[in-house]
Amino acid sequence: MTKKVKHSPAEAVAAIPDGATVMIGGFGGSGAPIELIHALIDRFRDTGSPANITVINNNAGNGDIGIAAMIKAGMVAKMICSFPRSSNAEAFNEKYLAGEIELELVPQGTLAERIRARGAGIPAFYTPTSFGTELADGKPTEEFDGKMYVRETWLKADFALIKGQKGDEMGNLTYRLAGRNFNPLMAMAADVAIAQVSDLGAPGHIDPEQVITPGLFVATVVEVPAPQQEEVLVREGVIY
Amino acid sequence: MTDFNPMEVKLSNAQIAWRAAQDIEDGSYVNLGIGFPEMVAKFQPEGRQITYHTENGVLGFGKAPEPGEEDWDLINAGKKAITLSPGASFFHHADSFAMVRGGHLDLAVLGAYQVAQNGDLANWRVGSKGVPAVGGAMDLVHGAKRVAVVTDHVTKKGEPKLVETCAFPLTGVGCVTRIYTSLAVIDIEDGKFVLREKLPNISMEELQSVTGATLHTAGDVLDLIVPEDL
Repeated sequence: MTKKVKHSPAEAVAAIPDGATVMIGGFGGSGAPIELIHALIDRFRDTGSPANITVINNNAGNGDIGIAAMIKAGMVAKMICSFPRSSNAEAFNEKYLAGEIELELVPQGTLAERIRARGAGIPAFYTPTSFGTELADGKPTEEFDGKMYVRETWLKADFALIKGQKGDEMGNLTYRLAGRNFNPLMAMAADVAIAQVSDLGAPGHIDPEQVITPGLFVATVVEVPAPQQEEVLVREGVIY
Repeated sequence: MTDFNPMEVKLSNAQIAWRAAQDIEDGSYVNLGIGFPEMVAKFQPEGRQITYHTENGVLGFGKAPEPGEEDWDLINAGKKAITLSPGASFFHHADSFAMVRGGHLDLAVLGAYQVAQNGDLANWRVGSKGVPAVGGAMDLVHGAKRVAVVTDHVTKKGEPKLVETCAFPLTGVGCVTRIYTSLAVIDIEDGKFVLREKLPNISMEELQSVTGATLHTAGDVLDLIVPEDL
């Protein structure tokens, strides 16, 4: 039963290889698994791996920590996101404008649904979002009940980095406040979902009625008590 | 032509937001776009229960917290700290956008670079330079029963923002139903701008001269009256 439990963020992310596609939960700083991201950066700095990572997140990092620090370290080849601009997104902006990082821009609701679709085993779906815009260029369209829709495909990932609030050894998770956002969807979609939780316990630690992500979706869980909060770090000007 | 200057005779953003707020019905579920549209919440009429949705998975948020009281896990789509109102709920992003696309919201209020007479909206980028960012804009224009725009009537250079055809990249096709501008309230019906209200101190001709497509009327054009002290 404790097979899923790892004892450090470093151990939890140890299997992520070069070239991996990694979904990272969070919306801005809310629900962002900072300790898991930093463990990945630590390994890259020590060993040069994992490099050439494709990151899927709503944003493209902020300040000099988290995803922004990954980008600055030079380990990210591509971002798939809806909103790469933020108050302090220099790390991404500089690489993007220099042509050193690829961007796939996806409308936010389409991003969420493409992730959900992979988790649910649905390879494609139709959405009204982006019809008639440049983001629908080259995509099949179809009319349903007199309205036009765009076909979008599922979004796959090798790994997901998730931030939960409570967790148990089965991998069951709850989330804190608006920190839920993309986290439950990414847990479903990735081949291997790795969750950091503030409070890890034995099976039964979470009331079954309160479980948001059932443990079946979660491969690895690690306890990070009193986790760092991205927005707080950015405001303090912390550089990782 | 008269010496009418739409940069001088116009409503403030607060007055535009106030006017938009008057049309939000009791019991509505509403998404307010990031920036100027967020101001609409400040003018929610007394006695109406309005529940605000934000794309990152919160229904029923209230005012911003006091400085120092922020919990940065509790933010809105603009990444600003929020507080919860009684009866609030959290949900993940797929459910949040199901609320949007699924037609479950009563109203979305958005900003605009340009609105075309057929309801096309351009509000996400003005050209091909820089870093593109779309966020939830393309989703929000679909699904809400009413999609309203709050905007200045003209650009800072004095060019019309209400046009025959959008020159900027589109956010959505034929999606806008009503526009609250600094000079007028205009509905979009059957591919036409239909004028409902205008400032009482400007003429039809003056309003038309700063509008990029023909203004139609259907019945009376009412005076656009707002509180002066906003």
